[in-house]
Amino acid sequence: MNQQTPNSFRTGPDDHGRFGLFGGRFVAETLMPLILDLEKAYEAAKIDPAFHAEIAHLHTHYVGRPSPLYLAERMTERLGGAKIYFKRDELNHTGAHKINNVLGQILLARRMGKKRIIAETGAGQHGVATATACAKYGLECVVYMGAVDVERQKPNVFRMKMLGATVVPVQSGARTLKDAMNEALRDWVTNVENTFYCIGTAAGPHPYPAMVRDFQSIIGKEVREQIMAAEGRLPDSLVACIGGGSNAIGLFHPFLDDASVAIYGVEAAGHGLDVDNGHAASLAGGKPGVLHGNRTYLLMDDDGQILEGHSISAGLDYPGIGPEHAWLRDMGRVKYLSATDKEALDAFQLCSKLEGIIPALEPAHALAKVIELAPTLPKDHVMVMNMCGRGDKDIFAVAEHLGGM
Amino acid sequence: MTTRIDARFAKLATENRAALVTFVMGGDPDIPTSLDIVKALPKAGADVIEIGMPFTDPMADGPSIQAAGLRALNAGMTLKKTLQLVADFRRSDDETPVVLMGYYNPIYVMGVEKFLDAAKAAGVDGLIVVDLPPEEDDELCLPALKAGLNFIRLATPTTNDKRLPSVLTNTSGFVYYVSLTGVTGAAIPDYSKVGASVARIKGHTALPVAVGFGVKTADAARTIGAQADGVVVGTAIVDALKNSLGPDNRATAKTVEAVAALVRELSAGVRSARKAAAE
Ligand SMILES: Cc1ncc(COP(=O)(O)O)c(C=O)c1O
Repeated sequence: MNQQTPNSFRTGPDDHGRFGLFGGRFVAETLMPLILDLEKAYEAAKIDPAFHAEIAHLHTHYVGRPSPLYLAERMTERLGGAKIYFKRDELNHTGAHKINNVLGQILLARRMGKKRIIAETGAGQHGVATATACAKYGLECVVYMGAVDVERQKPNVFRMKMLGATVVPVQSGARTLKDAMNEALRDWVTNVENTFYCIGTAAGPHPYPAMVRDFQSIIGKEVREQIMAAEGRLPDSLVACIGGGSNAIGLFHPFLDDASVAIYGVEAAGHGLDVDNGHAASLAGGKPGVLHGNRTYLLMDDDGQILEGHSISAGLDYPGIGPEHAWLRDMGRVKYLSATDKEALDAFQLCSKLEGIIPALEPAHALAKVIELAPTLPKDHVMVMNMCGRGDKDIFAVAEHLGGM
Repeated sequence: MTTRIDARFAKLATENRAALVTFVMGGDPDIPTSLDIVKALPKAGADVIEIGMPFTDPMADGPSIQAAGLRALNAGMTLKKTLQLVADFRRSDDETPVVLMGYYNPIYVMGVEKFLDAAKAAGVDGLIVVDLPPEEDDELCLPALKAGLNFIRLATPTTNDKRLPSVLTNTSGFVYYVSLTGVTGAAIPDYSKVGASVARIKGHTALPVAVGFGVKTADAARTIGAQADGVVVGTAIVDALKNSLGPDNRATAKTVEAVAALVRELSAGVRSARKAAAE
């Protein structure tokens, strides 16, 4: 059984990298020594004030943190219920929350003396963030991206190339995020001595889920301070979208032990949860299994073969989810909802027109559930949604879906 | 307890030669042909048979074995049917050791107890599960050992002396030394270092050590067979199979023989290894 004390949701993972049943280190032997090295290096960095000072400096001068907490007045007015705030991580350098995690990992790679960085990417935001940090520190950067996503997210492919990264289109499987991760793992197994694998979400073998969460927790920490300044109290609810779950856990984690805060994660329901292999909602439609180094909820068939999943959003169509979310769901601490492609597209348009903010398709899923929840709540209910990315990368894909605007 | 694997390596030691360990993907290119291939392997000179359990996401495999897994899945292969394949093979061969190799998820989804019972009943002797390092021994390794199956672990160039004991602790049957950091089918390693690596591992265990990854030719099999207790060949066999296929990856009249012919060559290489070394 797990060693989590039931009176805190914030102490995981245990020494084996487990969040209850979930997490762990399910990797090939070749990688195992490196993963243990990484854990050691991260544990050392975590208690080193110089490491935190370096991150804080980059946050202020390179990323542009703290990101604002913005009261979405017209959205609030239109929905006629809860008071809605956006945490504006889409204003970060490179346009999403991904940079928070990447800078932490790249500083760690530098400490470990690794000169070659690899990453997987779906929407391209993590790839762009990784290419950016590698440019800044003069590191070699190779990004694996499913060939389908290379098509869907062309602007980001160009950005990565401009930044000096090599983008490798992955042709195996469904040629999306899962396959990009397989290919990155194959690269890592091959080049394990000199290479650091910069994982883009709160998943993978221990210590990645905890480490990525820690780097992303700046989001929730800032929200705590900002909402105290704005409202003089904690929020009543939090909402974030979930691909692998990094922006969500970053917002949620600092609030997990505040029982008064309701927490909602939003998975991608694609064409609908009832459509076979037509969605990417691993919690709603999956079951526990082992993939990419961790045990978590996965979309799969009866034989344990992994399904591809679908979402209009290239950042959400991953058949798994970070292990901490799997645990939080089973513990009942976080409620997981899902939004369809269509709901996300509607939210995308509404937000653009009402607030002058073009959201990425990923947070548009979170927004879709804000649009559903807010009208049912009283006007003094304070709701914070993570606007974790901007929609520049998506405008062409959206235009296509809307029949060429 | 002694398994078919233990018995086979003991016998080969008295013959002073290394074992030829052959890998084929279960269900590749279709289930009946796959059974014919497995049945043909011992006669062609395979001493131990590894059968791949196909998985959609084989993270440690190169393009050849990835494609083999997909061919098998497209042909309707499942874990249950892989176990059936072994049972069918056992009807005509009760001596050649069979090792199932693959990834943990299909086993976990079937249920560890249920899988081990079925594997034992089918006549499986050992398991190689790529994504279960010693840190996760409670999952499958310990239950498998209890059920009387060998759990064969990979040791790699990154497994240093400090780590070797923990890798070897619950390993049985043989140790599979992966001669390079990389995926299956990767470039040929520096054979000159293989002997030293085998010696390093043998310093920590009495188990036989088989060497794989990158072995493609009879020559390579001969060189490694002189330095190790076993030579593992996978990608080369899978490639020979693939090259025999017709349109739409369908088996042809040549498919079984294409695999058998290569295995005969490899076997001749392995069998001449110690003699060549002695001269
Ligand atoms: C803007 C944005 N939001 C969300 C995600 C999903 O990832 P995660 O769930 O780790 O936040 C992505 C992934 O590419 C993204 O680009």
